[in-house]
This record gives sequence, C-alpha cells and structure tokens, in this order.
Amino acid sequence: MKLFEHEAKDIFRAFGMQTPPGGVAKTPEEAKKRAAEVGKPVVVKAQVLAGKRGKAGGVKFADTPEEAAKHAEEILKMKINNLPVKAVLVEEKLDIQQEIYAGITVDRNERKYVIIGSGAGGMSIEELAEESPEKIIKHHVEPDFGLQPFEAREIAIAMGFSGKNISTLAGFFLKLWEIVKAQDVELTEINPLILTADGRFLAADARLNIDDNALYKHKKLIESLKREPMEQNEREREATQEGMAYVELDGDIACICNGAGLTMATLDAVSLYGGKASTFLDLGGGSDAERVEKGIEIAMKYGKVKAILVNIMGGITRCDEVAKGIVAAKRDGDITVPLVIRMVGTNEEEGQEILRQAGIPFLKTMEEAAQRVVSLVEEGA
Amino acid sequence: MVVLVDKDTRVIIQGITGSQGTFHSESMLMYGTKIVAGVRAGKQGEEVNGIPVYDSVKAARDAQNANASVIFVPAPFAGDAALEAIAADLNPVVVITEHVPVFDEMRIIHAAKRKDITVIGPNTPGIITPSAKQKLGIMPGHVFSGGRVGLMSRSGTLTYEIAAGMTNAGIGISTAIGLGGDPCVGLTPIEAVDLFNKDSGTDAIVLVGEIGGDAEERAAAYIKDHVKKPAVAFIAGRTAPPGKRMGHAGAIISGSSGTAAAKIEAFTDAGVPVAEKPSDIAKLLKDVL
Repeated sequence: MKLFEHEAKDIFRAFGMQTPPGGVAKTPEEAKKRAAEVGKPVVVKAQVLAGKRGKAGGVKFADTPEEAAKHAEEILKMKINNLPVKAVLVEEKLDIQQEIYAGITVDRNERKYVIIGSGAGGMSIEELAEESPEKIIKHHVEPDFGLQPFEAREIAIAMGFSGKNISTLAGFFLKLWEIVKAQDVELTEINPLILTADGRFLAADARLNIDDNALYKHKKLIESLKREPMEQNEREREATQEGMAYVELDGDIACICNGAGLTMATLDAVSLYGGKASTFLDLGGGSDAERVEKGIEIAMKYGKVKAILVNIMGGITRCDEVAKGIVAAKRDGDITVPLVIRMVGTNEEEGQEILRQAGIPFLKTMEEAAQRVVSLVEEGA
Repeated sequence: MVVLVDKDTRVIIQGITGSQGTFHSESMLMYGTKIVAGVRAGKQGEEVNGIPVYDSVKAARDAQNANASVIFVPAPFAGDAALEAIAADLNPVVVITEHVPVFDEMRIIHAAKRKDITVIGPNTPGIITPSAKQKLGIMPGHVFSGGRVGLMSRSGTLTYEIAAGMTNAGIGISTAIGLGGDPCVGLTPIEAVDLFNKDSGTDAIVLVGEIGGDAEERAAAYIKDHVKKPAVAFIAGRTAPPGKRMGHAGAIISGSSGTAAAKIEAFTDAGVPVAEKPSDIAKLLKDVL
C-alpha cells in the first residue's frame, strides 16, 4: 500500500521526525489558508501516488497566500501519470544548506533491509547511481538486531557529515528504521531530506509503501486514512476481493489462467503470435466452478476485451470445475466475445466431457490456443 | 543422487489440521511421501489421514524421527512456524504459505542460514524428487517423471506446464524445486544451480524465471563461471508492463530493473539457450543432452 506524502509525514511526525510546517488543502481557498498559517514563502505540492511529479509541473513555489491559491487551483486540475490530483500539500519553503537522499528498502538478494543514503540528494536515486555512484552509501540491517546507533553514525560519517551533524543524522536514520519496523514498511524514501542553514534535518518529501502482506497488522492506520488502501477501478477492486490477481493492459485478449507464471507466459504466447493481451487474470489455485465464472464475468466488464483465452494447467485446480464454470458463464450469457479454451491436468477427461456435451470446443496446448485466439480477433477486426 | 529430498526424508506437516494441510497431506501420502507426523498446538493425540498429530515440532520430531517440514500455516503465523522448524533442526523447511510479510521472511531466512538449513519458499509449490516418490508440496505428482534433469522455478503452474512437456518428450526430472514467487525467498537460483551442478544424478539444468529482481542474471553469471553441465531457461513476463505486480509479489519491473529482456540477455551471454515458449524447453533439452 502506497501512502501519500502528507500521510507518510503524519507517521514521521508521530515518530518524532521533523517535517516543514504546513498542511493539506483540497481547494485553492484551503491552500491560501494553509499558506497564511505558515506565514512565509511556501511550496505547493501535488499529492499523487506517482513519481516525477516535479517534472510534470506538480510542485510550485509561492511567495504569498494568493499565489499559493493560484498554484493550487492549477495543480488540482492536473493529472499526473494518469492519476487525478485530489489534494496539495502546502509547506514552508526551507532555507536549504544541503539536500540529502535517505531511504530504506528490501534488498531481494541479501534478503535484508538496506539503508541507502547520499549527501547529494534532490535528483532520483537512479540518476544519482548513474552520475556519481560513489556518493551512494549502503548499509544492510541484520533482521534480528536491527539498526544499531553506531551503525547509523557510520552511515552519516560515510555520507560526508561531521561535527554534531553526525549524531543528528544518525538519530534521523534510527527513527526511520523504527518506522520501518513498526509499520512493516517495504520501501521508504526521503528525497530530499533537508539540512537547513540552522542545522536541522527536515523531511521535505516522503515516500512510504507498506508491505501488502502485513496490512492485517495495521487496520487502525488504514482506518485513520479514511480511504481505500489502493486506488483501483471497479473491476480491479472486485478481483482483489475475490483474491484473484488482475492487471489491465492495452490489448484486446483477456487471458484467464491459474497461476501467475502461467498467466504471464500465456500473455507472452499471445504476443508471440501477433496478438495483444488486455487482461492478466490469475484465478489462483484450486478454483471451483463459481470462481471461474466470476473471473470470466470480471474480465468481460473491461471494454477493450474482444476475445477470451482460458488457459488452465490443472494441479490443485480441477478441470471439471473449470469446465462447469465456463458452461455456467456461457449459459448465463456472460460471454459475448469469442472464447478459446485450453485445459489440461487434474480431471482433464471429466472436464473435457463436460465441455463436449455443452458443445464448447477446447484445445490441448497453450501454443495452439494462443494462435487460435489471435486469429479469431484478427478475423473479427 | 538427488537434491535436498531423497527416500530417507521423513516429513512433518505444520498446520496439518487446516483444510490445506489436510488436503495436501493426503495427496502427498498418495504420491508416496514419507509423512510421519503433523503439528498443531492443542491437538496432540488426534490423527489426520492416519498421521499422528503433535503439539509442537520438537515433540513430533522426537517421536517420529522426522527431518524435514512442510508448512501450511496461515500467513500471519507462518514465520513463527518456520522458526519452530528451524529451532528443531529440520532441513529442508518448505514454506508453502503465500502472503507472508517480508520482514518475517528475512528473519526466517537468516535464522536458517546460521544453522545451514535450507528454506524453500515462502510462496512455493514445494520440491519433488520423482525417483524417490517424495513430494514436499502441492504439485500434481503425475506430471513429473523420474530422470536426470534438474528443474528450478519461481512459479507453480508454469513449472507443471514445463514438467509435463518434458515428461511427454520422455525427459525425466531428478528433482524439481519451486523457489517461490516472493521478493525474498530462502533457496536462491544460484544456490539451486550449485546443488544441481554438484549432484551426480543431474545431467542438465532447467531454470524457469520471471520478471522482477536480478536473481536470474546472477544465476546466469554463476553458470558462466562455474557450471559445465548444460542449462536451458525460460523467462515469463516478456510483455509485462513496468510498475505492475503480475500476480507474484516478486514479479514486478521497477524502473528499468527486473525486465525479461535483461534476464534473457544474461542467459544468452552465459551460453544458456532461452526458450521462446514453455514447450520449447523439451526441444532445447534434446539439443543439449
């Protein structure tokens, strides 16, 4: 689950971290009020779960509350990365001495959290890795012991800090680690962390993603946010509720399969034969007839779908149940586009018999099925 | 010789009284797996599919001389279950459970590392050694036939698809390992390659990867430097868009990293042919064997 900047900063402050004075606004009038409360030049920032908002024009400086209102009005009309901006964060424009990069994420290879810091913040970590990789400091955290104060100081020193900044920055990293542990954070990034002219470290930006698999531990937090954990359309939400993995794409062939790897491979096979998938729908393991019908129903709601390819490799999923689900979907009139079925594995013969009796054709290999569905779409075009 | 699981493996099932544990322990028994005990605190003295249930892993191990575990415990408790198996020195520990929090995964993996214990998964279909009639997992046993090719994969049904294709082509499997679909898993591709490379019962290696991370690239580099046995690969997700999780928690292209193209390039560079579609794996194997 991704948090908005202002939501992440609420958590940061609750853990004693400093952020620039300011607040959220959903209208230009509110933005004006927030800017007046700050009483100094401010920055108006789009609250949107997408990177590179600055480059998209979603971050603007204002010297007066009136100017802040004007910027807010423009930004609140924007779409960044196809996502509508529903709020802005109005914050004091800081007196910057140095911009710093700070983050904690999961290192998949080490299977540990890794703390990443750089004295050269402001640009993206990818850009930084290209331009001056020697300025990026990495430290892996032992899962059992957590980040130790001496390690945090070593990170600060390696980042080029001296004097009392060492302890202050180390304290910041220790707090960030506390947040990662307490909130099951999968990725957090503060870019930039600002060292002000008067020697304070303030989180000027905040990115915080919570591990979806740990959300069950954070019901209170989710409640307090007063929004859905994910920005999803109706079809995505329905699939999530059913425990199916569902991703919409640009093409016109819906691929309904069991298992993530097989679904991806099916999308690839469709593309290999010149088609384009509209839908990745992984039913998951052990689906019964009802679930299969539900999957087809969800897939059909996406306007781009011109054909359906069902590809099942029965393991714990039984082909007779899949066949019953397909027959039910046909009978209920859910399927209004060409349908291609490939189904093998557990109870394959029973399943094929059910399809045969219903007069529904099926194929034996996924290559044949992918080729067939692509040619059906081409014929229909 | 086979890898990690052989005829002497004596298995306990953690979470045997749940619906998944009950269903799959029966299917494993039918396949031939030597399941000697189940674990569920508070249910000692009961039986599931004729298998005696114990209150703790240690009690089950001591009573039945068990040496491996398969975990079906729900995600919030799977981390604790794995640590219990590791504390009892069971090896390997196979974590079938999906949706285990990543912090729990890190703790399990490093606890196991310190004791030189192999964790398979989480979010894995398990491991199967057809010649020993031992499967520690949820895969349909009949699609795997015994032989001399090692198979490793980050996915479930795609593994069955490829195994079935190999079986139909008359190519048997020494051991097949599901590494798991999560970003953090115990046994890594490099470690699995190394196991198969050292195994006298394995003549060739099949690697089934997918988008996300760079474990395949690392395995490819390892093969280039250390492995003389022939290897072939398949990568799922050539057409996956960046920034979207494709079913598996670990299957996501972040920025420019984790693409299928990068993995295919790494394998090609290491002299490992990459199949365009799953059914080509059997053909590629016939070329190299």
